Amino acid sequence: TCNGHSYIMKNCEYQQIDARALGTPASSFQPCTEMKVPRLRRKWEVFPGKNRFYCDGRIILARQSGILPLTLGLIVVTSVLFFAFDCPFLVTHLTVCIPVIGGVLFLFVVISLLQTSLTDPGILPRALPDEAADIEKQIYTSGSSMYRPPPRTKEILINQQVVKLKYCFTCKMFRPPRTSHCSLCDNCVERFDHHCPWVGNCVGKRNYRFFYSFIVSLSFHTSFIFGCVVTHLTLRSQGGNGLVQAVQESPLVICFFSIWSVLGLSGFHTYLVASNLTTNEDIKGSWSSKRGAEDSGNPYTYNSIFINCCATLCGPMPPSLIDRRGFLPPDDIPPVAAADLELSSFLAKNDTNMVGMPSSGHTS
Amino acid sequence: RPEPNRKSLEGAESPYCPATFHNLQELRHSASLANKVFIQRDYSEGTTCRFQTKFPSELDSRIERTLFEDTVKTLNNYYAEAEKIGGQSYLEGCLACTTAYIIFLCMETRYEKVLKKIGRYIQEQNEKIYAPRGLLITDPIERGMRVIEISIYEDRASSGSSSGSSSTSGTSAR
Repeated sequence: TCNGHSYIMKNCEYQQIDARALGTPASSFQPCTEMKVPRLRRKWEVFPGKNRFYCDGRIILARQSGILPLTLGLIVVTSVLFFAFDCPFLVTHLTVCIPVIGGVLFLFVVISLLQTSLTDPGILPRALPDEAADIEKQIYTSGSSMYRPPPRTKEILINQQVVKLKYCFTCKMFRPPRTSHCSLCDNCVERFDHHCPWVGNCVGKRNYRFFYSFIVSLSFHTSFIFGCVVTHLTLRSQGGNGLVQAVQESPLVICFFSIWSVLGLSGFHTYLVASNLTTNEDIKGSWSSKRGAEDSGNPYTYNSIFINCCATLCGPMPPSLIDRRGFLPPDDIPPVAAADLELSSFLAKNDTNMVGMPSSGHTS
Repeated sequence: RPEPNRKSLEGAESPYCPATFHNLQELRHSASLANKVFIQRDYSEGTTCRFQTKFPSELDSRIERTLFEDTVKTLNNYYAEAEKIGGQSYLEGCLACTTAYIIFLCMETRYEKVLKKIGRYIQEQNEKIYAPRGLLITDPIERGMRVIEISIYEDRASSGSSSGSSSTSGTSAR
């Protein structure tokens, strides 16, 4: 994982030997007289989007965490109150399975929530200058004297249906199909669903299954707590004093208000999964047949509810395309040599017999 | 040594294998980057990862069309294998779901395994076929899986050689 680092060591030593042998410091390189290896920066430190990174690039969050603390707080507080007040009563009167089921659901909810928030949703890295220049070159006709901005759309055929690809001026590339640019995170995200403030992150190709399991498990969890608290209150014979009563009933109130929205959201996303749509496409009506054309329909659907569900939720997990923990080439190499650096780093990989994989952690 | 004439097809050696580049080491010491060609994605079958097999004109004098197409087709097959939805991927997905996806922290997914195979394949192709012709393929994963970037190197010793042609033909799929 440190092939970039080993190249730097070689490069620094080479420069030093070279400078001493010649007797004069090379003017274009900084002399490494103290044998100090410059601190290598990782790519997350220069990431252009509005994201925050923790644990040296292992954890990624959107710039505004939105109301993620509120979401977590509500879930934890409600569950703790449920375990503290309702479980003892229900264990003695009903069955010991109740806190067990509650505990399992609670763990599922919290884990899914954290995975949705802390996973890279499918961010597309921005086009490098060479690639951006190549795209612009393809668009202009040679000999055009007037500067025209790149046309905003390009039409392609997907499964015999015409789809328009838009040009993203921030990322300097034509967005792949189903990709959208999130203005809150300032990134293009693949299979962009929506930016969820409750979760504090975009929901896209890589974390949609986590998001779906979060809302489904949360529906079960809130329904379960709601049912248990109602059972508890109906089975109790005496009522306590006002404050204790109110605290014990607060899970009920919280669950009552949230259950409708969470259940509704789960139902809506189940429909989206079954028809292989994203929230973005559904809201914009991209594939609705109101235009009356014969060939307007979702080109991505497999025309089978089962296969759509399996493809979206149980499909292979795509890798993270932003190499957060990879090393940047060091700053003190002159830009002329940057192109050769690519070749040399390729050869360094070749020499050390390592496969050409970016050194990103494979948690997200 | 005669300077290889890239424009004409005559010459003692094959125009595709100029005598100046024999292996990666020579490429490193004597070459400078001249141009880059970008092979774009082919979305005709949906959002699965496929690259266009159309042969770019800049490579016309550098490499045989069949070799290039073989490379791209093999890469497309690898990506199709990685993204295949079938029995094994369902099993992996369901198993991961029951463990609340924590298993992704411990296990290498099939996609990652195939990506490693792709890395090795590109390495091997570069060593055997592309570097002797003064070309270098960059793994698409390092470009966000958007393009296959092929760098064209010029021999530094040959002075006055034109660095890259202006491409007027777009490679966008219609």
